[in-house]
Amino acid sequence: MENMKKLLILSFVIFLIPLKSFSLIEVDITRGNLNPLPLAVSPLSIDNNSRNNFKRILDKENIGVEISLIVENNLKTTGLFNPLNKDAFLQAPDIANLKPRFEDWNLIKAQALITGKVDYVDEKLRVEFRLWDVLAAKEMMALAFTTVPNNWRRVGHIISDKVYERLTGEKGYFDTRIIYVAEEGPKTKRIKKLAIMDQDGANNKFLTLGNELVLTPRFNPTSQMVTYLSYFRNLPRVYLLDIETGMQEVVGDFPGMTFAPRFSPDGKKIIMSFAKDGNSDIYTMDLENRIVEKITNHPSIDTSPSYSPDGKFICFNSDRSGYQQIYVMNSDGTKVKRISFGNGIYGTPVWSPRGDLIAFTKLHKGKFYIGVMRTDGSGERLLTENFYQEAPSWSPNGRVLIFYRETKTDADGKGFSAKLWSIDLTGYNERKIKTPTDGSDPSWSSLLSN
Amino acid sequence: MKLNKILRNSLLVVLACLALSACATKKVSQKGQMQGDVYTGTDTVEYLASGVPDRVFFATNESVLTTASRETLRKQAAWLRKNSDITVVLEGHADERGTREYNLALGERRANAAKDYLMTYGISSDRISVLSYGKERPVDSGSNPLAWSKNRRSVTVKAN
Repeated sequence: MENMKKLLILSFVIFLIPLKSFSLIEVDITRGNLNPLPLAVSPLSIDNNSRNNFKRILDKENIGVEISLIVENNLKTTGLFNPLNKDAFLQAPDIANLKPRFEDWNLIKAQALITGKVDYVDEKLRVEFRLWDVLAAKEMMALAFTTVPNNWRRVGHIISDKVYERLTGEKGYFDTRIIYVAEEGPKTKRIKKLAIMDQDGANNKFLTLGNELVLTPRFNPTSQMVTYLSYFRNLPRVYLLDIETGMQEVVGDFPGMTFAPRFSPDGKKIIMSFAKDGNSDIYTMDLENRIVEKITNHPSIDTSPSYSPDGKFICFNSDRSGYQQIYVMNSDGTKVKRISFGNGIYGTPVWSPRGDLIAFTKLHKGKFYIGVMRTDGSGERLLTENFYQEAPSWSPNGRVLIFYRETKTDADGKGFSAKLWSIDLTGYNERKIKTPTDGSDPSWSSLLSN
Repeated sequence: MKLNKILRNSLLVVLACLALSACATKKVSQKGQMQGDVYTGTDTVEYLASGVPDRVFFATNESVLTTASRETLRKQAAWLRKNSDITVVLEGHADERGTREYNLALGERRANAAKDYLMTYGISSDRISVLSYGKERPVDSGSNPLAWSKNRRSVTVKAN
């Protein structure tokens, strides 16, 4: 018996050693990363024929370089990776993709290397790429895919997602879009339009003309539909918009203001508030059979609902205690329970796609915070403090929050701006997202490719 | 239910009066234009008719009508009784220091507080509609307590 134990321990030891010596690089994303992983994104190699064809179709001098820049930028914005300056690269892209000279990449302190190749095949763009562990001198991943040339930016995002997933063990969030409200004009007569853009700010498009006030857009789970609030004909109502066809319709037939809409996780219902006689309650409408259900029934303001990812619970905002607080209930409206008990008031709860956290806006002593708490209200953690900010929305992998921030206006009414910002769940890596105009009410799509 | 609401509102009025009288002795603030944090000035006020102000103001997070607001609304009710063909929209607003969605609801609650009061002075609900703008349409774009107090309002607008 004693011998047996020894043997077991011994075999474990033997087993562990080779594993460790061959273990590939991993990036820990659960902590703020103060030492981002140095990595080299080699320009994707391209032959002259393909290069000229893509130049003709896409008006880009070298599409291989362009795609690698998208990958580089994506990985850099995570704060987890430090893409190295291409000037230091010693090996040519085409040769590196066949077989990297690891000692060259080691010399510039790259721990990971991305190489690849773009080809023009039957009027399509074919890309292959490889991820290499420089220290272990091993290939970690190799993938190829083909798409229409116009999709070249998405190719960069998909490569980024695959690399992120391989290195962190979690799904990426680069092949995604943001829907938000584009803002212009003086604060007292703000013009607002629905706008959509890629996660990195490219391909910005306006979806409405700005003739009526629009607010709080949200994607459905497949990111093809949007629900939002429009003041069309001065009647604030929840609308549904099909992004591809541009078709719009009012949701439900309510004799008053409907607002704060979101989709259920299966995309079959819209949950929203309906205000009547000074009282706002939460309702759902089934998009197939149009059946409307009243979910909360209380003479207070109940709004900003958000489903848990399994659809079993709803968190929402209510002032039934006298001030705005966060509550959780079953999705049929039973078992309402207050979960926020810290100092200050709490709004805009949003359930994480991972299910374990609720993000919120908090106002305390004249400052606004974006924070997260567990779904039972414990473990409150404030990520960022500012003059005004609100309305967090989760990246599809639940690692990043996007929200909007407004600046103070001076006595002459100058200095006002509204901008989109993102921050890691860790509280690190806060960054402003560039938009052509001011922006607010951002909502992150799901991953478009999977 | 209705009785409950009335009881609750009247209790709030009493509490608000207490709060106001307590505050009044402490700070009659900012150039005499605010009492507590309710706007009492006339900078932004327009008139539906001679001597009939178009708007009432609220304390932060509140939809309780102040004594001054009730006086204004009684004038509006008298004017509406005299002009029985006029219909109005009550536009409820909030200041910028709150989340957008909650403020939409708060604006609606404020406009309804004004509507309820007009109705108790004999104005039919058929003649009053309610529209909340939340924090979307401030009159004063400043980021200071006085500007915010001007923006927490319900404005009675002629609809025909």
